[in-house]
Amino acid sequence: MTTLILAWRSLASRRTTALLSIIAIAVSISLFVGVERIRIGTKSSFTSTISGTDLIVGARAGNVQLLLYSVFRIGNPTSNISMNSLDAVKTHADVAWVVPISLGDSHRGYRVMGTTNDYFKYYRYRNKQPLKFKHGQEFDDLFDVVVGAEIVEKLGYEIGTQIVVSHGIGAIDGAAHDNMPFRVSGILQRTGTPVDRTVHISLEALEAIHIGWDSNNPIPINEVSADLARTLDLKPDSVTAALVGTKSRFGIFKTQRFINQFKPEPLTAVLPGVALQELWTIIGVVETALSAVSAMVVLTALLGMVTMTLSTLNERRQELAILRSVGAHKTTIFLLLISEAALLSVSGILLGVGLLYGLLFFIHPWIEQSYGLYLMISRPSLYELKSLCAIFLTACAVGVIPAFRAYRHSLADGMSVQR
Amino acid sequence: MSEIKLAQHDQSSFLLTLEKIQFCWSKNASFILSLDSLRLGVGEKVFLEGPSGSGKSTLLSLICGIIRPDRGSICIDGVDIVKLGAGQVDRLRADKLGVIFQQFNLLPYGSVIQNVLLPLQFSERRRKQASVSGTPKEEARRLLQRLGISTDLHEQKVAQLSIGQQQRVAVGRAIIGDPQLVIADEPTSALDHDSRDQFLTLLFEETARVNAGLILVSHDRSLASDFDRQLDIREIVRTSVIGTQ
Repeated sequence: MTTLILAWRSLASRRTTALLSIIAIAVSISLFVGVERIRIGTKSSFTSTISGTDLIVGARAGNVQLLLYSVFRIGNPTSNISMNSLDAVKTHADVAWVVPISLGDSHRGYRVMGTTNDYFKYYRYRNKQPLKFKHGQEFDDLFDVVVGAEIVEKLGYEIGTQIVVSHGIGAIDGAAHDNMPFRVSGILQRTGTPVDRTVHISLEALEAIHIGWDSNNPIPINEVSADLARTLDLKPDSVTAALVGTKSRFGIFKTQRFINQFKPEPLTAVLPGVALQELWTIIGVVETALSAVSAMVVLTALLGMVTMTLSTLNERRQELAILRSVGAHKTTIFLLLISEAALLSVSGILLGVGLLYGLLFFIHPWIEQSYGLYLMISRPSLYELKSLCAIFLTACAVGVIPAFRAYRHSLADGMSVQR
Repeated sequence: MSEIKLAQHDQSSFLLTLEKIQFCWSKNASFILSLDSLRLGVGEKVFLEGPSGSGKSTLLSLICGIIRPDRGSICIDGVDIVKLGAGQVDRLRADKLGVIFQQFNLLPYGSVIQNVLLPLQFSERRRKQASVSGTPKEEARRLLQRLGISTDLHEQKVAQLSIGQQQRVAVGRAIIGDPQLVIADEPTSALDHDSRDQFLTLLFEETARVNAGLILVSHDRSLASDFDRQLDIREIVRTSVIGTQ
């Protein structure tokens, strides 16, 4: 206790350098915990992209690939699934709902997804939140389109804006389906998921704009007018994938087995959670690298602290000799220096965590708005507490360097005056 | 002369005895210090004259138990500190010794009164002793008062004090809780003539009051006259420089 008080007073007398050390540690701690929060935030944003959907059904493919194109709109499906197969799934006893989706076209770089109004009813993200309309409503007319929040923000659309869908999904727009312009009927609220970057149209409309198009030929041969299209039967023969909800949790695996073993057509049904985990292990490497870098920064700050202590040690030889002369044990000298490292690091850690919470408090609404990244302002997690403890122990460990030096000094100096 | 003084003391009443000491700084050191015998009676004041390089710092470090001789015995109040463990020596030093350095005696981050109270943190015995008539803090104030440090300075940082005042505060620190031996290493070398005399007078008064022995090392012979005994370190300590192999 005495040692701690002495260490505190000694530090207080060197408050400029001590404060700088504390600030360096604090900043590094903020960075470290901040990276951790972003890591958790991205992971939870990522894994909460889709919830409430029990199975994703597509053509036979790998779990991750199916997830990528159906939920993240990345990559292309190998093949479609027929509507007949989907009808068979729909009539399975355990299935509550099926939402078909069709991909393949784009609008100014954003993916166009054909679906039904059920999509807005059943699609859930983060803690089973439903999609909400900021303005307007779901499809009413054949050529109604519902756009995500980011598209509206970037392209400045509003209800009633006329847009044209392009064929294909290249970075440069392919041939335009400009014979059938769409009208924005609904704008979704921001979700922080790929939904924000999706142009939703009805399956029938998707069918309509492709009348007369050969799937292998990007040049239209027999285009029809919008009015003519309305008179036709636009039920598609096939779709890209489907989201499936079951009636009970027990039904999930039964349904999955049913789909995976579906005889007429090779199909794959994946549990979104499992596929998301699988995908995360691939991209999680980046996050680990980020954590490693921030850990290095913390270590650098701790080494800075040791350097500071070492550089002042020579001036403090007399201080240590005085303490020895009044009866302080040489281990007391050792502990004094360790206590200093402990005090500096504890102050740094507390300040750093405080700094981060302050910062989070002010910027988290903005981060959520602009990046769709949901950063929690919660108690430090067990992992964070463990990390902070580890950092504290590391500080004490590196504090051994000046402590041992001081210990040696106090032996070598004896009673002689060193100044 | 030392034999005459010694005769006045009963054997058992020796406060400090050093016998047949041999010490070298490290295993292959070129510097060896040897001392045949040095004895100090209870309450005795000894002036130890020695130029720098004569081994006085080493001698004082030996007496304080900061370093250990390779051979010989050092008894303080009947206890041979050479035979004690490091922790026990530190406790004994805290209990029985007060040390005054040449300069920079005080911890710069403590107040005057905190510096005086410092030895009590390491010695139970002296804490009790300082609490005989009131709290240790009251005792420290009385001590400082006698040393001519006015009350308004007690809570000040030591940097506010003149060198003379700092050295007097150092006396207070050395003497609080009634140690048996005060060791002063050139305590007056940074003082001018007037403060030097004042310092010595106060030092004598205070050591006499608690009946503590005093070893004062200095190269200034003019101080020597008021001591019970005057020794030249070159006569009692042999230092030799031998070539390293």
